Amino acid sequence: MAGILVIGEVAPDGSLTKLSTEVATLARSLHEAGAGQPVGIVHGMNAEAAADELGLFVATVYVDDSVPADSTVAPVAVALSAMLDDYDLVLLPASADGRDLAGALSALSGWGVLANATGVSWSDEGPVVQQSVFGGRLITDSAFTACRGIITVRPNAVTAQPLAEATPGLRQPAPNTTRATQPLPEVRVVDRIEQAGAAASIDDARIIVAGGRGVGGPEGFGLVQQLADALGGAVGATRAAVDSGWIGYSQQIGQTGKIVKPELYLALGISGAIQHKVGMQTADTIIAVNRDPDAPIAEFADLVVVGDLFEVGNALLDQLRARSD
Amino acid sequence: MRIIVLVKPVPDPASAGERLLPDGRLDRASVPAVVNGNDEYALEAALKLVEAAGEGEITLLSMAPANAPETMRKALAMGATRGVLITDPVLEGSCTVSTTRVLAAALRTLEFDLVLAGVDTSDGLAGVVPAGVAALAGLPYLSYAARIAPDVAAGTVRVQRISPTGYDVLQATLPALVSCTQALGEPRYPSLKGIMAARSKTIATIGLADLDLDPATVGGAVATTRVTDSHKPEARAATRVIREPADVAARQVVDFLVERRLI
Ligand SMILES: Cc1cc2nc3c(=O)[nH]c(=O)nc-3n(C[C@H](O)[C@H](O)[C@H](O)COP(=O)(O)OP(=O)(O)OC[C@H]3O[C@@H](n4cnc5c(N)ncnc54)[C@H](O)[C@@H]3O)c2cc1C
Ligand SMILES: Nc1ncnc2c1ncn2[C@@H]1O[C@H](COP(=O)(O)O)[C@@H](O)[C@H]1O
Repeated sequence: MAGILVIGEVAPDGSLTKLSTEVATLARSLHEAGAGQPVGIVHGMNAEAAADELGLFVATVYVDDSVPADSTVAPVAVALSAMLDDYDLVLLPASADGRDLAGALSALSGWGVLANATGVSWSDEGPVVQQSVFGGRLITDSAFTACRGIITVRPNAVTAQPLAEATPGLRQPAPNTTRATQPLPEVRVVDRIEQAGAAASIDDARIIVAGGRGVGGPEGFGLVQQLADALGGAVGATRAAVDSGWIGYSQQIGQTGKIVKPELYLALGISGAIQHKVGMQTADTIIAVNRDPDAPIAEFADLVVVGDLFEVGNALLDQLRARSD
Repeated sequence: MRIIVLVKPVPDPASAGERLLPDGRLDRASVPAVVNGNDEYALEAALKLVEAAGEGEITLLSMAPANAPETMRKALAMGATRGVLITDPVLEGSCTVSTTRVLAAALRTLEFDLVLAGVDTSDGLAGVVPAGVAALAGLPYLSYAARIAPDVAAGTVRVQRISPTGYDVLQATLPALVSCTQALGEPRYPSLKGIMAARSKTIATIGLADLDLDPATVGGAVATTRVTDSHKPEARAATRVIREPADVAARQVVDFLVERRLI
């Protein structure tokens, strides 16, 4: 049986992204249920550390150091497309790079994509991919018609679990393939700009404290940030807050922002409009603070505190801090 | 400057009425269609680029059912020049691979400096079509744009690509394909004049026979994926409402967090 190719994503600091460890764990569980062997691969010139980390999750890891540091994922897609004969599944993170890679690889190979999996199981006919659609109102199971395909995996689909007996040292250079490939048109990364005070990523945060128009301004987000710090979470926002310039677009949750599934979603001054709801309604626990008891969010939150978000938020902050002292 | 914007009519997500047909395919007749939200940002970016250049034209390109012109008119009313609709019974039930092949083949029949797409769609959320179209059409692909700066005279384009910690500056030669985010700016409302003008703008309808593409390689019959089952998520428990003074309310929230092992 052909194997499962697991794409590990390297963070800017050279470590393996958390989502990649989840993807690798998922691949292993598919193998245990009857799928082929998972094989990891990481790309880039400084990918050794990430490769070692991936080796804690899958027994074999390839390193492909042929990809220049100033390129996008285009050459990675080309390199992967030449390796596919030995695999019938490709699993990768549903991140920005992961989606770009999946799209290019799918086009080059003709393999289908099941995107943003919230879970994958194994049946006699191959993988069964669970997806949350229509803003979380429906859960679907899907299959590949040709038993081969590409799956991008959302954060928190599984809990990462290292191999019981990790055997580092099995890291090896990516195999040479004889299959001829055509390069894709070049795109160069000419600069990487770090924005000062960039907020922690909401993508795979376990806890998100989000602010909406009710927060009232950039200062209001100070309280949101403090609560996030006290809970060990990241700051999210509605489009109303992003459009007002109070916080960056990377923190936006919803239809044209990010879709998140944290264990806890604490919403401050958020009405719960449908375009926001579709990005967060699958959170395990939703708590809202809103002075309007009839705000739409009250219809789908687990707990609603009717009151002023500054009063309730500051009281909550005091009590959380008192607990940790 | 000649810009093509890939626009997909999608069931209006604000209706919260999207559903599947018994065979697992999207029921496109159940709710009114709108232009996919991210594609409006792409179109707005195109309009601003043409305005800044002082000249240019914008062509909408859609692969969609035959009634798509109704939806495309709204985008024409925002200011696009014309539309091209690829529609064919064979394409019903297409997967993203087919969509990618068809859009790439259609691009080969058109002339342009820049192609803009949305980063993803509200009905599929795949976010894989733009990268695929670029790969098949042989175009440089620049994604997750917060800013697009083409230089037609120099034949290059620069894009600020949103990254987890800020943005990357990408550069490529024109023609290129750029996927667009909301960070490009709020889409304009069509003016009354725009709505009137849109009525007489052309939407050329073409079929698979008009494209240089083997029809056996696309469409529902060769879909790479299929929905096998679906169910509603577990209903959430009833909402608990707290109406207490702030410190009491905060205490109850802390207790709730402890109960759920969140702190
Ligand atoms: C195509 C499209 C895409 C969109 N995409 C997104 C998206 O991705 N994400 C998104 O979030 N939105 C999106 N929207 C916008 C969405 O429709 C809403 O406008 C937005 O979510 C509202 O944000 P909000 O809840 O912060 O603001 P509001 O709806 O104004 O709600 C503010 C809430 O705060 C409460 N409040 C005010 N002051 C206080 C206080 N002191 N204490 C307690 N409560 C207070 C109010 O009672 C109110 O309920 C999109 C819209 C469109 C058309
Ligand atoms: N059928 C289609 N017709 C035109 N453009 C499309 C179509 N499908 C996808 N696109 C473009 O590709 C983007 C991403 O789509 P997707 O990968 O399906 O989420 C959309 O925002 C559109 O710009």
